[in-house]
Amino acid sequence: MSLASPASITGIGVSPGRAAGPVALMGPRPRLPAEYAEVRDPDAEVRAAIAALTQTAEELEVRAAASAIPAAAEVLEATAMIARDPSLEEAVRSAIAKGEPAAWAVDRAIDAFRAMLLDLGGYMAERVGDLDDVRDRTVARLLGVPMPGIPERDSPYILVADDLAPADTVTLTTERVLALVTIRGGPTSHTAILARSLGLPAVVACPAAAVLTEGELVAVDGTTGVIVSGISTQDAVSTNRAEQARRAARAASRGPGRTADGHPVALLLNIGDATGAAKVAAVDAEGVGLFRTEFLYLDRSEAPSVEEQVALYEGVLDAMAGRKIVVRTLDAGADKPLPFLTQEGEPNPALGVRGLRTARRDPNVLTDQLTALARAQQATRAVVWVMAPMVATAAEAKWFTDLAHAHGLPIAGVMVEIPAAALRAADLLEHTDFLSIGTNDLAQYTLATDRMAGELADLLDPWQPALLELIGITARAGAAAGKSVGVCGEAAASPTLAPVLVGLGVTSLSMSATAVADVRDALAAVSLAECREMAANALAGGRSILG
Amino acid sequence: MAQRQVIVGSRVGLHARPAALFVKAAAAQSMPITVRKGEGPAVDARSMLRVLALGARNGDLIVLEAEGEGAVEALEAVAAVAAEDHDDPA
Repeated sequence: MSLASPASITGIGVSPGRAAGPVALMGPRPRLPAEYAEVRDPDAEVRAAIAALTQTAEELEVRAAASAIPAAAEVLEATAMIARDPSLEEAVRSAIAKGEPAAWAVDRAIDAFRAMLLDLGGYMAERVGDLDDVRDRTVARLLGVPMPGIPERDSPYILVADDLAPADTVTLTTERVLALVTIRGGPTSHTAILARSLGLPAVVACPAAAVLTEGELVAVDGTTGVIVSGISTQDAVSTNRAEQARRAARAASRGPGRTADGHPVALLLNIGDATGAAKVAAVDAEGVGLFRTEFLYLDRSEAPSVEEQVALYEGVLDAMAGRKIVVRTLDAGADKPLPFLTQEGEPNPALGVRGLRTARRDPNVLTDQLTALARAQQATRAVVWVMAPMVATAAEAKWFTDLAHAHGLPIAGVMVEIPAAALRAADLLEHTDFLSIGTNDLAQYTLATDRMAGELADLLDPWQPALLELIGITARAGAAAGKSVGVCGEAAASPTLAPVLVGLGVTSLSMSATAVADVRDALAAVSLAECREMAANALAGGRSILG
Repeated sequence: MAQRQVIVGSRVGLHARPAALFVKAAAAQSMPITVRKGEGPAVDARSMLRVLALGARNGDLIVLEAEGEGAVEALEAVAAVAAEDHDDPA
């Protein structure tokens, strides 16, 4: 790194805000080189392997002792016991005796146990993740490469990664991380969504970030996408002070969504659990526009019971205090596979059996969920709207809506994520109570561009006129039917795009808690007529009349 | 050779925390202890991975074996851990 002169690199800013601090590099899962040198001293390899396994165990034990959550501590302790396992040591010794160096021997030994647990299936197979953790940490140590996973540091840092997987995000907290920078990823990647929900500044699709080095001081601007390196400690302090002042001002913003001339636009939150539900009151949102229920099902080999779901839903519904909440039924498949519901090896998972389509194969998971929701609704007297993901046709919309009504959920709608659903929105609305547009998937399917394809980020730009046209068709159908049409994709969180969506006829915008204040301000600054003018302009390919 | 048969009491089987407690109990004894499920192969009871790989569920019969002085007492101590339901909320 060079302290001499600040230099800047640019990616795509996906989560607003600024932060400065030291870089921490996230190591990918360590890969073994294709070839290795001949083992000259097997005893030394055995010593190295055992030392690395012991260090892995000690590190896990320290983390277990420091963990405030008993369940997490137990998992970490059990994982440490795997690293200290005498059978594992024996298998490593025997692999080294056959001529493999320490890192390869550890990998091979763990692989054998991994296969054994996978064969057992059920919850024994769930321990495979712990085994992989031991493998990755030990192999990284032996190869001398960075530790995989979210780095452990004494003070908060700017996390620089190739890209983040959903599993990485579990341990990511705002206490440890100041901002996120990823080399790959696009505006709708997991990194972007996570950063917005945590309120962390983030820059994605930034190949130049590969030159950033461990510990160097950088300033990240999640609005412009600019990363400045070579800054002084003083620069960093003043950047973080200014950001604190900006956040304090944002936190003071209050009230329902309105245009300058008083046209109401409900401002809602996208949430994934009870923690998110608690933010509704904090940012004075009018409710929840998208409650993702996947968290109930992830990392499980079997679906949760109705009773377990009722308890969890009640926790979330209680936090609504009379506000409305739109619950999306399980959206499994594609990038969110589940062992008990989705099939592996689909050639085109994004076009395969995902979302509502999984109910064709096994409707029980869906009917259990509807049963649990209806019970939680009754117990809490909350205003529950329920909707299904990945609906393409009016027949599917009718099937789901009738099913939800029959389960005692009076307000049932569907998501518009597929161009076919947008084009026939009027038909869908003959059978369903409301529509909610998921712009991330609608962009993916309209522009034929994988959501995770960072290098095609321009095609996933929510300003694409074709995408806006489909949103307009859907909103007009809603107005004609007198039914609500919301947007719950990431596009709703953009202060510049929000007025355009309102001009297209969208009646509610659902976003992460951190975006509410900016969107509220942006709408308050324009009249409905101006929103319509901006929409017409955007449909014609102009980015923004304000821009 | 001392032998002790025990029914797995944990509702999740010898998995997660119950497995960890079982392995710890085995490691605390002064002699090696083996464990097998039914007629399966006997494995080192101090090995977390081997114990997990038994796939012993609630109600399964497991067989503990050890040799030497105090073997009977050692097996008794380990068997007690295997028989207990550690996740019983009561």
